[in-house]
Amino acid sequence: MGVGGIVHRIVILGAGTGGTLAANRLRRVFGFDEASITCIDQNDRHVYQPGLLFVPFGLTHPEDIVRPRGRQLHRGIEYVMSAIESVDLQAQTVHLANGGDVAYDVLVVATGAVLAPEETEGLTGAGWMERVFTFYTPEGAAALEAALATFDGGRVVVNVVEMPIKCPVAPLEFCFLADWYFRERGIRDKVTLTYVTPLDAAFTKPIASKHLGGMLEERGIDLVTEFNTGEVDGAGGRLISYDEREIAFDLAVVIAAHNGAAYVARSAGLGDALGFVATNEHTLQSLVASNVFVLGDAASLPISKAGSVTHFEGEVLVENVKRFLNGQSLDASYDGHSNCFIETGFSKAMLIDFNYEVEPQTGHYPGPVGLPLLKESRLNHLGKLMFQWLYWHSLLPGRDIPGVTSAMPTAGKPRSTIEKKEEVPS
Amino acid sequence: MSVETIAGRDIQLNEEGFLTDPSQWNEEVAVELAHREGIDALSDRHWEVIRFMRSEYETKGSGPSVRMLGKTSGVSIKELYQLFPKGPAKLAAKIAGIPKPRGCI
Repeated sequence: MGVGGIVHRIVILGAGTGGTLAANRLRRVFGFDEASITCIDQNDRHVYQPGLLFVPFGLTHPEDIVRPRGRQLHRGIEYVMSAIESVDLQAQTVHLANGGDVAYDVLVVATGAVLAPEETEGLTGAGWMERVFTFYTPEGAAALEAALATFDGGRVVVNVVEMPIKCPVAPLEFCFLADWYFRERGIRDKVTLTYVTPLDAAFTKPIASKHLGGMLEERGIDLVTEFNTGEVDGAGGRLISYDEREIAFDLAVVIAAHNGAAYVARSAGLGDALGFVATNEHTLQSLVASNVFVLGDAASLPISKAGSVTHFEGEVLVENVKRFLNGQSLDASYDGHSNCFIETGFSKAMLIDFNYEVEPQTGHYPGPVGLPLLKESRLNHLGKLMFQWLYWHSLLPGRDIPGVTSAMPTAGKPRSTIEKKEEVPS
Repeated sequence: MSVETIAGRDIQLNEEGFLTDPSQWNEEVAVELAHREGIDALSDRHWEVIRFMRSEYETKGSGPSVRMLGKTSGVSIKELYQLFPKGPAKLAAKIAGIPKPRGCI
């Protein structure tokens, strides 16, 4: 690198979790004379998205989970604030909505996933943000907080329209916290809570699904499975499935279908029909161009769209950008490692840890002495709260978090379940 | 996992009834699998979706989701539910002899 005075141009689309941690890690890998690093995003609001879950219950506030994007980027990283019009893969150029062009040698796509409520009939019609809400945006979460504060009884439904969604356990956590919230307010007996999912169980992975399904039951939360929402009738208070089943509600929390960022669809050859980018699941190199890499939710990988995934992918992605620019073969070591805290109410949480091959199971993380897996505990709740600090101060700056590695650890898990590979990925 | 005789062939199925080896599939197998799922006759529209599922699986390694099918197969989501009730992506994948669509984790 840098041979003959050539400075590689690395352009990163998106300055969220993935774009920021990749930029900061890449800046440490390459000297200023070796590579220029440019990060592009459409606004300067970096949302700590795991915090959105807590906003509707008054446990945090939007202003406490948003920081400027530019300030999370280290010295020597250029931050360009503009929406992206399109990417020209042949010309290796990003066209900006503000009229500018940015040329690249390597492109990192880290623009995440966006909600597409307009794709479900009626969802953004009558009652939207009045009795039909989302908590996946700061505005939606704040509107829902106001609605819950004055809600004094009735039918609450939490509906996932379609998978994949960001943080697939968040809607379940919402149910657990709603149960806690209404109990604290002394009106739980006046509220029915129903979780409505297109899946055939509470979650996708069998062992975790059984645990989570049991937890819904213990809390008196009804579970409706295989419900594919075709229409939301906000005025009439009904969810209607494609096979014409109906579920009545007084207040609905709907997690809309997700697409990739809009510019992906405008860029010839970059994305699929939903705007996600086809990506090698072990190297994170895109399948559309060898000099395009994909990080996080923007990829069409068979994996959770979650910050932990993006974090674990980051290490492999940075290594592979380096190897690609050096003309070396890529490192195919990303194993699909994913984990997440599941807030279960009453100051407790559960932790799950899994990868492409091994489903979530019991045990401890990251080793025999660690946080309990698939089990509610106060320690996990504290872990979840502490994570927000780690996010801004360790994860985004691209520092390693002690004990937390890219590859899934197996030390604290029962051997039999690690060796058993799930036959059919769900 | 179990081995069952379907349309005169020994076919390996997983616990959810999906073929574990898509190369064991043929059109007669599809007809019998459809019967088992309560679809008495496969129309041209059914076949259109089944062939689309197989070609998507062959090129991408996974069957598409319902929304993806609605956008790319030429059959609307509403019609997909009429053809393959309850869960079109799952049911069409099963009849097409490919694994349950992933992508949902």
